[in-house]
Amino acid sequence: MKLELSRVVQGRGRLGVLKELGKTGQHSLEVPGCLLHTHLGAVPHLTRDTLHTLSNLPSVTQVTLSNIAEHQEVLEEFKDGFRRFAGLHNTVLYCSLHDPATPCPTGYNTTKTVSVWGSGGRIELTVAKFMALQKTVQPDWYQSMADGETWQSGTSRKRVRKSVDRTLAHLDECLLVHQNSQELEGVEVFGVVEGGDILEERVRSGRETAKRPVAGFCLDGLQTGSMDQALRTQLITAVTKELPEDKPRLLQGVGRPDEVLACVEAGVDLFESFFPFQATERGCALCFGFDVSSDPELAGRAPPAVVELAEEKTASGETRQNGDSNPADQSRMTSFEIDLKDKRHRDDFRPLVEGCGCYCCVNHQRAYLHHLLVTNELLAGVLLMIHNTAHYHAFFRALREALANDKLDVLKRRVLGEGGGQTERNE
Amino acid sequence: MAAITERGADVNTLENSMSLKKTLSAASPLALRVVAECSVTKARACDLILPHCAVSTPVFMPVGTQGTLKGITVDQLEGLGCQICLGNTYHLGMRPGPDLIEKANGLHGFMNWKRNLLTDSGGFQMVSLVELSEVTEEGVKFKSPYDGEEILLSPEKSISIQNSLGSDIMMQLDDVVSSTVTGPRVEEAMHRSIRWLDRCIAANKNPDKQNLFAIIQGGLNAELRKVCLEEMTQRDVPGFAIGGLSGGEEKDDFWRMVTLSTDHLPREKPRYLMGVGYAVDLVVCVALGCDMFDCVFPTRTARFGSALVPWGSLQVKQKQYAKDFQPIDPECQCPTCRQHSRAYLHALFKSDTAAMHHITIHNIAYQLTLMCSVRQSIVDGCFPEFIRTFMKRMFPSRDQYPGWAVDALASVNVPLE
Repeated sequence: MKLELSRVVQGRGRLGVLKELGKTGQHSLEVPGCLLHTHLGAVPHLTRDTLHTLSNLPSVTQVTLSNIAEHQEVLEEFKDGFRRFAGLHNTVLYCSLHDPATPCPTGYNTTKTVSVWGSGGRIELTVAKFMALQKTVQPDWYQSMADGETWQSGTSRKRVRKSVDRTLAHLDECLLVHQNSQELEGVEVFGVVEGGDILEERVRSGRETAKRPVAGFCLDGLQTGSMDQALRTQLITAVTKELPEDKPRLLQGVGRPDEVLACVEAGVDLFESFFPFQATERGCALCFGFDVSSDPELAGRAPPAVVELAEEKTASGETRQNGDSNPADQSRMTSFEIDLKDKRHRDDFRPLVEGCGCYCCVNHQRAYLHHLLVTNELLAGVLLMIHNTAHYHAFFRALREALANDKLDVLKRRVLGEGGGQTERNE
Repeated sequence: MAAITERGADVNTLENSMSLKKTLSAASPLALRVVAECSVTKARACDLILPHCAVSTPVFMPVGTQGTLKGITVDQLEGLGCQICLGNTYHLGMRPGPDLIEKANGLHGFMNWKRNLLTDSGGFQMVSLVELSEVTEEGVKFKSPYDGEEILLSPEKSISIQNSLGSDIMMQLDDVVSSTVTGPRVEEAMHRSIRWLDRCIAANKNPDKQNLFAIIQGGLNAELRKVCLEEMTQRDVPGFAIGGLSGGEEKDDFWRMVTLSTDHLPREKPRYLMGVGYAVDLVVCVALGCDMFDCVFPTRTARFGSALVPWGSLQVKQKQYAKDFQPIDPECQCPTCRQHSRAYLHALFKSDTAAMHHITIHNIAYQLTLMCSVRQSIVDGCFPEFIRTFMKRMFPSRDQYPGWAVDALASVNVPLE
């Protein structure tokens, strides 16, 4: 893979294209961008027909060992790699360790092993097993095995240091096997930067990982809920100083629009697109605005993707805002979405988002989605996933455009909400 | 979207149905044209012209209980060739309620389904779902499972809800009695159903847009059935359903009531056998003269990983399929079979709901394709051969053929070797 940057502004992010992806080198992915998050190759709830109502999807599909590991025997017998097994065509396959949408129990990693959680329970991976899996999955690119159990608050310095040391050791072992495996010829490896919330450890991890012959870097242990954005920005900024400019940086476990914007400014290129799925599971529709029209007349008006007042009150009356204090509590609604189970949508015959061209918004109304959610119907997940995916990827397009046209500040105001009255209040 | 070509609409039929459609709006909202009749059995192939589009019969109607077909979009359903599906008056009457649906331009508007809809009356749910408070001449009194409120479902109320739903075919409210019940209750229910039919007819606000079907009752009692048939066929309704069967009764009694009913139903009106959907039952009951069928089974069983195939069913979640790299049915043309293997679906069931949707699509495709093949064989004059081939495929050997099916088919001149 080759990262071609067209713009780099310190503290404002990078814009470019990741080219020559895939074994045939014919794919590319614009950055900042996100991968297509899947469960075993399927975008959650969607079959190929429903998936293909979406256009401009990322060219890189993400699968995770937490879904795949338990099927190792099957894949070994199949022999032709995961892509064929799942009926995926014409996509670049990226294999990560964990599913960013589902944090798993911690405390099981050892010096030589890392655990993932499949449908049947915990699966322990040594580097040998990890690499055997990669050989049978045959991705185009994968992250090296890593110990990232530092996201819980109160992780000791000692534990953080261990995660850095172990991850480097795993990386070295992985690379050794990789270099000696014919099956992995042409496959790229990303090193994983750890370090918890400790600046020195982050810098050390970044510096050391950069010494290895990797194609890019995953930034781990920074997921939503593990720390506030100010610290995350600080750590990412420090880490990226240690990393080569011409290799991509993939931030794991961060998907909220506000965090994405801040992390792009700190130097991140790639994200995992699990946030739409989480919103879907909450019965919520993404609705935050990101239109940054270059037409001065329109710039003052509320954007077509209207920012709804999404300050839903919790039972205790507190306003739910941006804070998720616990990554395990991914079910908490954010201010970027509307809760379609809310009674106010019962007889609302508007689409989820006016002007959104997705299949759901073109064909269905809020009232119908509300009904589907209230009656626990499977179609709710399908339709919401379509809309949320479309909305999220359109946000990334808008982000790239904003960077290209120096409109990042305008975009930030749109997405994060200005102080006063541009939001559409309780309709 | 990958679409299976429309089933059963060959050019001739299309042309004729177009001209029929023109006369349709002038006269009644239903027209039935018998395209072919089997010279051996009582089977027919028809074009059923309804307000939203023509339906080729025999037809299997998937059930979309709450205004949705369990995880499948309307586009996908259309792509599979479905021309008519069901909604449930009881469920939709409870949530979201007729007023909201009316505001949404009827059930068609609410779920954005452009083809035909059939709604049942809510009667069956009285028996199957709800703790019955009381059945009186007035209607069925029951307690809402959502707020405990007492509700009366009368013929008038049922039709009013169905008028709001705007379905192309509405079912009368019938006094439903389980097919395993015997004695005077059955007779009472049969007579009441006739009186309720008359009340339903009177209550229908949209006779020019919505077709009201009668439902023949009488349990497993031939005499009662005959009385019901005699009476109900005197009413000017556009179609008849055969009800009160497909409960827990013996199949030997079941088929006899079906064939008795079709013997006494008019040729030029559609015969809808309610609650039947197993492949063998469909094929046999087509031979006995039925045109329309509905059943939750294919879509419900899909969600448990059970895929319907010409030789029975395949439990995708079972270990034996973990390494089976063929599609569910190598000869099936549905999107699922064209893209995925049993092994992948087996694995996917552990990770995502999409697995259920894949099987649901396959099962609907299976049912619709089966009906299409049945229809074609009737049109081609080789339905009896079709039946024999079908049975051979479905059962490993002759002595595994269900006795009732053998008897039923023999009764319409198709002996099975």
